[in-house]
Amino acid sequence: MSCETTKMEESDGLSMARDVWLGIRSHGTSGYPLEVVGALVGSADRRRVRSYLPLENEFDGSRHNRYAVGPEAWRRIEKQLHQQGDELVGFYHTHPDHPAQYSEVDRDRALPNLSYIILSVVDGEAQQMCCWQLREDRSAMDAQYLYVENES
Amino acid sequence: MSDVVLSVRVQIPGPFRPLTGQKSSIVVEQHRTVGEVLKALEARFPRVVPHLRDADGTLRSMINVYVGDEDIRFLEGEATRLKTDCEIAIVPSIAGGES
Repeated sequence: MSCETTKMEESDGLSMARDVWLGIRSHGTSGYPLEVVGALVGSADRRRVRSYLPLENEFDGSRHNRYAVGPEAWRRIEKQLHQQGDELVGFYHTHPDHPAQYSEVDRDRALPNLSYIILSVVDGEAQQMCCWQLREDRSAMDAQYLYVENES
Repeated sequence: MSDVVLSVRVQIPGPFRPLTGQKSSIVVEQHRTVGEVLKALEARFPRVVPHLRDADGTLRSMINVYVGDEDIRFLEGEATRLKTDCEIAIVPSIAGGES
């Protein structure tokens, strides 16, 4: 399964600055073998990610295969982004030694109108990065084209 | 004396705004409890319902509702009574993982 692409193929894809792509991968490998999580920050139309915000995984249990971010963190993020004039585009998290395919838990907990990036980290090395968006009826998540911008 | 609250503002989180006509907050009038306000919101914007409620009608575990700075879980839940001009905020948690 190949998820990143070097050209926009669909009108509803998501573009990402290359340094953001590299930064998420670096965050993911630094947290291995635990799941890491962060926010995707960008444009008002939620079509481009221009920065990322690592977050604390607050899950009260095995953080090897679960993550959680509580409402207080959400409120801080919303306030910070509002002050910056930015929008929350979505979230990313890692799947240690697991594919970048969304799980039933990912789907059940997902929110509408956000992009969810999953990065597979295998043996400490960043692998595939895939982007997903929840269907409005919550029945599944659809793959979203992820365009990584070339360096200028 | 009537105990019906005159008006309450409900803050809508970003992911739900496309479902509420892009409104970041909604004013709801003539309701006494958090539950009544949420039901009014849901009646006005039914597309939010699957994201707010489980199939049995209870609030999803990822959905936190605040009256001012207080989580309704530590008050009387959806039966929490309101005061005029108070503010309700719908604040998601996020979660997931490979299993």
